[in-house]
Amino acid sequence: MKDPAVGRSGTPAKDEASLFGVMAEFDTAERILQAARRVHEDGYRHVDAFTPFPVEGLAEVIGFTREWLPSIALMGGVLGGIGGFVMQYYAAVIGSPLNVGGRPLNSWPSFVPITFELTVLGAALSAVLGMLALNWLPRPYHPVFNVPRFALASRDRFFLLIRADDPHFDRERTWQRLLELGASDLFEVEP
Amino acid sequence: MRPRPDRLGPEISAKPSVMAPGLTYASVSDQLSSLVLERPASRGWMIGFGIGLVLVMVLLYAVTYLFTTGVGIWGIAMPVAWGFAITNFVWWIGIGHAGTLISAILLLMRLHWRTSIARFAEAMTVFAVANAALFPLLHLGRPWRFYYILPYPNVMGLWPQFRSPLVWDFFAVMTYFTVSLIFWYTGMVPDLATVRDRAKGRFSRIVYGFLASGWRGSTIHWRRYETVYWLLALLATPLVVSVHSIVSLDFAVAIVPGWHTTIFPPYFVAGAIFSGLAMVLVLTIPLRKYYGLDNLITKMHLDNMAKLMLVTGLIVTYAYAQDAFMGWYSGNPFERYENLNRAFGPYAAVYWATLVCNVLSPLPLWFKRVRQNIPALMVISILVLVGMWLERFMIIVVSLHRDYLPSAWGMFSPTIWDWAVLWGVIGLFIVYFFLFIRYLPMISMAETRRLIHDLQPTGEER
Repeated sequence: MKDPAVGRSGTPAKDEASLFGVMAEFDTAERILQAARRVHEDGYRHVDAFTPFPVEGLAEVIGFTREWLPSIALMGGVLGGIGGFVMQYYAAVIGSPLNVGGRPLNSWPSFVPITFELTVLGAALSAVLGMLALNWLPRPYHPVFNVPRFALASRDRFFLLIRADDPHFDRERTWQRLLELGASDLFEVEP
Repeated sequence: MRPRPDRLGPEISAKPSVMAPGLTYASVSDQLSSLVLERPASRGWMIGFGIGLVLVMVLLYAVTYLFTTGVGIWGIAMPVAWGFAITNFVWWIGIGHAGTLISAILLLMRLHWRTSIARFAEAMTVFAVANAALFPLLHLGRPWRFYYILPYPNVMGLWPQFRSPLVWDFFAVMTYFTVSLIFWYTGMVPDLATVRDRAKGRFSRIVYGFLASGWRGSTIHWRRYETVYWLLALLATPLVVSVHSIVSLDFAVAIVPGWHTTIFPPYFVAGAIFSGLAMVLVLTIPLRKYYGLDNLITKMHLDNMAKLMLVTGLIVTYAYAQDAFMGWYSGNPFERYENLNRAFGPYAAVYWATLVCNVLSPLPLWFKRVRQNIPALMVISILVLVGMWLERFMIIVVSLHRDYLPSAWGMFSPTIWDWAVLWGVIGLFIVYFFLFIRYLPMISMAETRRLIHDLQPTGEER
């Protein structure tokens, strides 16, 4: 689940040492979806796409398979709930027991609201922190920002990146292939 | 383009009313990010912000006096120990609920008209809950000891009383604030990246770059982001119902006549959403006018919010009727007296004003002509906000001032410091909101771009 961009420890070919990858610009969501599908069929695996809004199905096309976040949120929620209940149980039964007319110390129905609230809190916090961790964010520097046109990825343009550490990567052939797939512009990305 | 049965199909896009025609990804991004970056510090903004700031000064003065002297400067005295502070607390936290309703519940229902209003409705939630959380502290008398409510191992061997609704309330409000804040911020990250990429000055590039935390729109990131946004909406939805339910238990668990009823949780939640929608309308109407946003916030949005306000208003009306009916039907003389005292006692004016504002004033919203009439909507929304504040006052003060023993009856009259805190916190809200609309993108650009994409006719490319 590591960000592939970070774990690029492979040894790129000598002539590509100073290259992070090749980036192609597309006009529409449909075109980049099409191009990403073709590139994946060609066997490229170290591919990423950058879009101004979530394009449905694009992540799956470039090889996103496993969805961890719901499980992480579930674990956070369960931990929050159990922790919340144990905290109240400890306070009411062990920490400072208070005998009110012989009523049971473990008065669990009145512990339900806080248990519920802490379940929600645990799930929400772990979902967001899990998303940031899996995405390796915050991350102030990334090579894609070296392309000046890339500022448009947050406006109206769609970018497909094939990284140089891909086994199929070849400066000339990859460049040519992206051009065939209808890229409106191409860039070399410096690391 | 693949067919998407569960998404916005062409039959919906045939209705153009959710946004003006001709918007593109670029035009929306430029329009909304220029509101932040090009800094139109108009005279209107300065005046509004200035009014807020003056009220905040009043608040600071009142709070300083409060902390140095004590809560005796307010009108509260036994038997009315809960006065304006608790009224304001319940009112503000209720206002927050509409923001969560719009951002979470309408998202889960895939109602795409939420897109244009969700961001500032969420901002309203965060600011309203932050304001609400002030009041228990101010009301505490010894606010520097507020941390006693936190469960932590201490040398005194003391723990909070977890069977008390007041402690539940602390956890409910803190959870609500935290979840609302991260929901708001998470939704804003892609937009902050857009602002970062448009920013020209070095300072603003650093600040927005920091806030955007390196977001680059990678499709894998988007995929996880969408999951997390969906999860947060799912988690925030029960909070809409639970927070004000727990607030209502502060009252319903007590045996005071007028408080001790089982209808309180749903009654409070409906009232909360009712007042919150009124506040959203009060904020939306000037925003769309002064920031030229009527291409994104159309009359359809106002119409839909007015309908929601009407529905919640009718639920509130039902709760009033049920409350009065149960007072009579219970056969309990104290409950019956409490209802009569509300309507004909010394605070009768509050009761009738509440009914006029909350029951009668939303009724014209049955008519489309009224829902499309912006001044009328504004007037009704303000009346509803006032009415809901009066309702909280009625529940709290009018119930407390005459309970079981006539020898323990009393009256409450607010002092100038009560009013100073009420208006001062409204000023604080104004300051927060004015800063928000000037420095943060007030409509989600990423979601609007996606909506433009989804609304375009199938097969056609932009």
